[in-house]
Amino acid sequence: MLVNQFLVIAAALFALGTYGLMVRRNIVLILLSVELMLNAVNINLIAFESMIRSADATGQVFSIFIITIAAAEVGIGLAIVLMIFRNRKSADVDDLNLMRW
Amino acid sequence: MLNALSVLATEEAGHVEIIAGDGGWWADTAGIMLLLPFVAFILILFVGKKMKNQGGEIAVAALAINLIWAAVLFVMNMTEGVLTETVFEIGRIGGDLVFELGWVVDGLSIMMYFLVNFVGLLVFIYALGYMKGDVRVNNFFAAFSLFAGAMLVLVSAPNLIQLIIGWEGVGLASYLLIGHYWEDLDNVRAGNKAFMTNKVADIGLILGTILVGVSIGDFGFAELDLASFAHDEALAAVAVTGGLLLFFGAMGKSAQFPMHIWLPDAMAGPTPVSALMHAATMVTAGVYLMARTFPLFQNLAQEARPWMVAIGGITLFAIGLLALVQNDIKKVLAYSTVSQLGYMMTAIAAGGYTAGLFHLFTHAFFKALLFLGAGSVIHAVHSNNMNDMGGLRKFMPTTYWTFMVGSLALAGIFPLAGFWSKDEILATLGHEGYTVVMWIAIAGAFVTALYMTRTVSLTFFGRYKGTAHPHESPRIMTWPLIGLAIPSALFGLVNIPGVSLPGIQNFTTWLGVRVVGMGDHHAEGIDLALAALGMAAALLGVWLGLAIWGQDRETQEERDTLDVPVLYPLLRRKYYIDDAALGLVAFIMGPLARAVVWFNTYVLDGIINGVAGSMKVLGGFVYNILDQRGVDGFANGLSAAADGAGGGMRRLQTGRVQQYAAFAVGGAVLLVVIFVIAI
Repeated sequence: MLVNQFLVIAAALFALGTYGLMVRRNIVLILLSVELMLNAVNINLIAFESMIRSADATGQVFSIFIITIAAAEVGIGLAIVLMIFRNRKSADVDDLNLMRW
Repeated sequence: MLNALSVLATEEAGHVEIIAGDGGWWADTAGIMLLLPFVAFILILFVGKKMKNQGGEIAVAALAINLIWAAVLFVMNMTEGVLTETVFEIGRIGGDLVFELGWVVDGLSIMMYFLVNFVGLLVFIYALGYMKGDVRVNNFFAAFSLFAGAMLVLVSAPNLIQLIIGWEGVGLASYLLIGHYWEDLDNVRAGNKAFMTNKVADIGLILGTILVGVSIGDFGFAELDLASFAHDEALAAVAVTGGLLLFFGAMGKSAQFPMHIWLPDAMAGPTPVSALMHAATMVTAGVYLMARTFPLFQNLAQEARPWMVAIGGITLFAIGLLALVQNDIKKVLAYSTVSQLGYMMTAIAAGGYTAGLFHLFTHAFFKALLFLGAGSVIHAVHSNNMNDMGGLRKFMPTTYWTFMVGSLALAGIFPLAGFWSKDEILATLGHEGYTVVMWIAIAGAFVTALYMTRTVSLTFFGRYKGTAHPHESPRIMTWPLIGLAIPSALFGLVNIPGVSLPGIQNFTTWLGVRVVGMGDHHAEGIDLALAALGMAAALLGVWLGLAIWGQDRETQEERDTLDVPVLYPLLRRKYYIDDAALGLVAFIMGPLARAVVWFNTYVLDGIINGVAGSMKVLGGFVYNILDQRGVDGFANGLSAAADGAGGGMRRLQTGRVQQYAAFAVGGAVLLVVIFVIAI
């Protein structure tokens, strides 16, 4: 079985995520873009796993890890967004420039 | 391990038999000395504030108990010899390298125990009087106790790791105490300068420790000595680099050229701090390190030694000259300290283990005495400037007499302590073939005598020029002066070449118990010609100093220029001779008198003028060009470069998250491109 088609999809997904990360101004959409990038990696892992079929299913185990961590990350991220929005009435990253010199 | 070491050393030495006991109960419990100052540190901080002297009593009590141990061990060592160590394993690094803490009790560390506790106790007592009414007496004594503890940890170290712990501890205490009067920004800067300079040097110490420790698989000094004795191949391969790195660390702490810049600034701290830390004990840590690792330099790192001798030689002469043009009495003593540290370093680097350490031993007493005396004077006239002093011998007789003893000892006048130790250094340099450096050291003795004569003349003789009402200091300050004047006068006698008492071991024997057979030069008898030469240089300095500064000066300009002071007595003497010639034996003695006058005016005064003028020019050049512009400029340039780079990099920190993300993605893409092209 060829893995090329999966890799092309994953690369496209990753590029979309990167694009969203850099141009979107809303924090929620930036978080979603990060999720896209993580899932692109997941597709890669699963594709290679199905090709190689390692004894202890390393690729699948890692993709489960990534899903778990992504869930935790988005949970914390959304909580932060919520607090920022409550305090500043905005979810635009351009307004959040406190962490500078 | 230590027993194996002494057996091996005995074999190396051949006929020499090492006589050393294990010190019994006193050596086993010597660790108490390390613990007490730290206990005092905590007690002073937490309960000291309620006490009469804000906790100073606790600090004095801790060192007084310590001194019992130090004195008993000192006497025991002189009579039967002590060589033992007590260590506890704390942990292992990477399975092989053992990390131990503990305490060594041998000749070298016992000497340092005695110095730190004896001088420390007297300085602490003095500080009770000196610091009375200060804003932060509590903090002062806490930091001072911390220093004493850290210094004892340093000198008791059985391995390089514990030495570094103590080393950094004394550096911290030094920083805290230099900045004691932190309301003045200059004092804070002085503290920072001292800390930063030492940190640069510490890089050398740490790298050297890693290099040497990893090559022999242990950080212990005993193992290092053994490997050096046995010419261990792994150690020999890194010996020169490792030795020079360790020396680099020592240069910072012991203020060797060009890293001496912090020590004169460190005089911003209270005077007792200058006396104990920046003269007697802390700054000698570098010399101590060189002595502890002496077998490494003597057996394996011989290529490093000429460089070390050169650095020491430059330090002892060039920095000594700077003391001539200072008006701050503490600065004079600070430059003098740097110069004397140069003597010690030169001696040890040239192979004079005993000579260097003997000078360390005597110098600690008389330099602490001089600083305490200067503190007593400052306490009386409320000024550091010698132009505000003068004629103080009438007001403060005890301070005057003790300061005089210290000055003569420092100048190396027979039979005070400094004479014996300086003579031993000269003898060592001559014996080891460093003839040029020996002559520099003799010239250094001349300069030492010259600036000490200047200091004593300006401070204690002539007319009082200040505005305050000087008075003798209270007894709590004068007694420590007397307590230090006695060893300053007498302790040179413990190491007269070729003289030994029955039942008491020679200084050389007990001090060098771990380096027997290392080729440490110690003369069988005193070299009278060399001793006379050193003495003559010192007397010449005193004579020239009296000729220049012996007379009182009216105005600031007259005091500052050397030309006018030389002219002034010259005119007086000329009139005297003219009167005698004209009035009494005008006719017969006329031509002779005229010849004498001519000789006096043109030859003698010419010599004085010439020497004084060239000294002034040389001192000014070294101070203004080399020290202020060259060395300080280099240090300032480094910090300016760091500042500029930091300022530039700061602009990248825009606070825009997406710009950071773009940088990250751009970096990743760049890496991908590089890998694709490369593969």
